[in-house]
Amino acid sequence: MQIIVNGDNKQFSDSLSISELIQQLGLADKRIAIEVNEQIIPKGDHNSRQLIDGDRIEIVHAIGGG
Amino acid sequence: MSSTNQADNSNDSLVIAGKHYQSRLLVGTGKYKDLSETKEATEASGAEIITVAIRRSNIGQNPDEPNLLDVIPLDKYTLLPNTAGCYTAKEAIRTCQLARELLNGHDLVKLEVLGDEKTLFPDIVQTMEACEVLVKDGFKIMVYTNDDPIIAKRFEDMGCVAVMPLAAPIGSGLGIRNPHNIVTIVENAKVPIIVDAGVGTASDAAIAMELGCDGVLMNTAIAGAKNPALMASAMKKSIEAGREAFLAGRIPMKRFASASSPIEGLFF
Repeated sequence: MQIIVNGDNKQFSDSLSISELIQQLGLADKRIAIEVNEQIIPKGDHNSRQLIDGDRIEIVHAIGGG
Repeated sequence: MSSTNQADNSNDSLVIAGKHYQSRLLVGTGKYKDLSETKEATEASGAEIITVAIRRSNIGQNPDEPNLLDVIPLDKYTLLPNTAGCYTAKEAIRTCQLARELLNGHDLVKLEVLGDEKTLFPDIVQTMEACEVLVKDGFKIMVYTNDDPIIAKRFEDMGCVAVMPLAAPIGSGLGIRNPHNIVTIVENAKVPIIVDAGVGTASDAAIAMELGCDGVLMNTAIAGAKNPALMASAMKKSIEAGREAFLAGRIPMKRFASASSPIEGLFF
């Protein structure tokens, strides 16, 4: 399965949930927000939402800005 | 002194979307060399409302890198996520919605939709389009706009909780280029008017407050100073001084002198 995470192609052998993706990326305890195909996926749905081939995921956080 | 002290203006708070703030200085967190400098300057500013940007997380680079929210904790500050870098209504709406998800339903945002990279002036048409959608979606919007009194009033009518005209281009440090328009905006407004962008040094911030603005939002003037924490402290004082001068009511300007000592009782 190939998905696009923050603009980069990522290959995964098995299907995975958003929670599992976050875990694998080392972002499990971080304050982040997630979009899949430009749809926000609330935190409460990260466990249940399975990613499928071709999904485009955006993971964002807060940084310095004016 | 009791509460009859005429110099006591401690009840003079800035109210945005029903919440009271003691500080009328709002600060950004961009352009600092590191997070410790961000922390030091933000604390020295005394600001309670702090802007942040929303960007992609670094994937697989350094998961343990320090986070802005470690030095700007949510329980201490009111975060104001911005839509900096957005050039269309669609991008700005998406950014606000992500910010709300990121900050557990927090719905106060700084809406800015930019026109071009050279001026960073707001694209008013796109800003209004985004504003309409976001107000309906329950966001409390503090809107970055130009110094046009008609447009400022339109944003108020659309339901923005604060209108934030620029003093000069973002990061330019040119100061208040059109004080007369700023005064007209202030006179017409029923929501807080906060000068956002263009301030260069402490006197610029004091002038904004003397004109009757409810607050000033700045980033580069502090972060770009040689000593950011010291400039933050200067800005804090200038905002307070400018506010007190506004409330005190300045003397009118006259062309000729007016003696301070009485003429009567002269002995020669």
